[in-house]
Amino acid sequence: MDELARHDAQSLFELCTALTMRHGLGSTRQAISQHLAVLEAAGLVRTERRGRTKLHHFDREPLAAITERWPQAGEDHP
Amino acid sequence: MRINLTSVFVDDQSAARAFYTEVLGFQVRHDIPLGDASWLTVVSPEAPEGTELLLEPSGHPAVKPYRDALVEDGIPLAQFAVDDLQAEHERLTGLGVTFTQPPTDIGNAWVAVFDDTCGNLIQLVAMKPDEG
Repeated sequence: MDELARHDAQSLFELCTALTMRHGLGSTRQAISQHLAVLEAAGLVRTERRGRTKLHHFDREPLAAITERWPQAGEDHP
Repeated sequence: MRINLTSVFVDDQSAARAFYTEVLGFQVRHDIPLGDASWLTVVSPEAPEGTELLLEPSGHPAVKPYRDALVEDGIPLAQFAVDDLQAEHERLTGLGVTFTQPPTDIGNAWVAVFDDTCGNLIQLVAMKPDEG
């Protein structure tokens, strides 16, 4: 997610390279692909095709909804 | 033992010949007619006796699913080295080449990935000078 926040619209290959080289993460491509699929199902990652390549975008909206919901709930029940 | 020749599959050999020579700047080493196709290889002008790249017709039925899956995930099929990646990125972009990954700092090198218009993604790399 940090990688997509830093630079949006990355392919699986680009993300795997960045995670290995910048973050020292040794996960397999398959594991990262599955992780991205979970994030996509949760609405946090969106994919689009540019030409024949699938690019991943980080969608902050669901996270913004979280920060709006709980502080408000706290105010309702002090 | 040396790596003498490696290959990429190309959709159209004459289009590939044009792209790999006129856009990328390689030289044709061999162009030997073989029936419907040619034994078509290119070399770098910086190493005319060096490793040849065979531009092989992509007609075999296994090629399309293999390449489609790799291109979908942004995985390049070959890597070419350049001295100045930013300059090469600018030059190729100016010639209409599409990059799927812009120049990216990976620590010890800069890398980028472009579409060779023949069905493949190719990685460019520029190693950083040794800081030690």
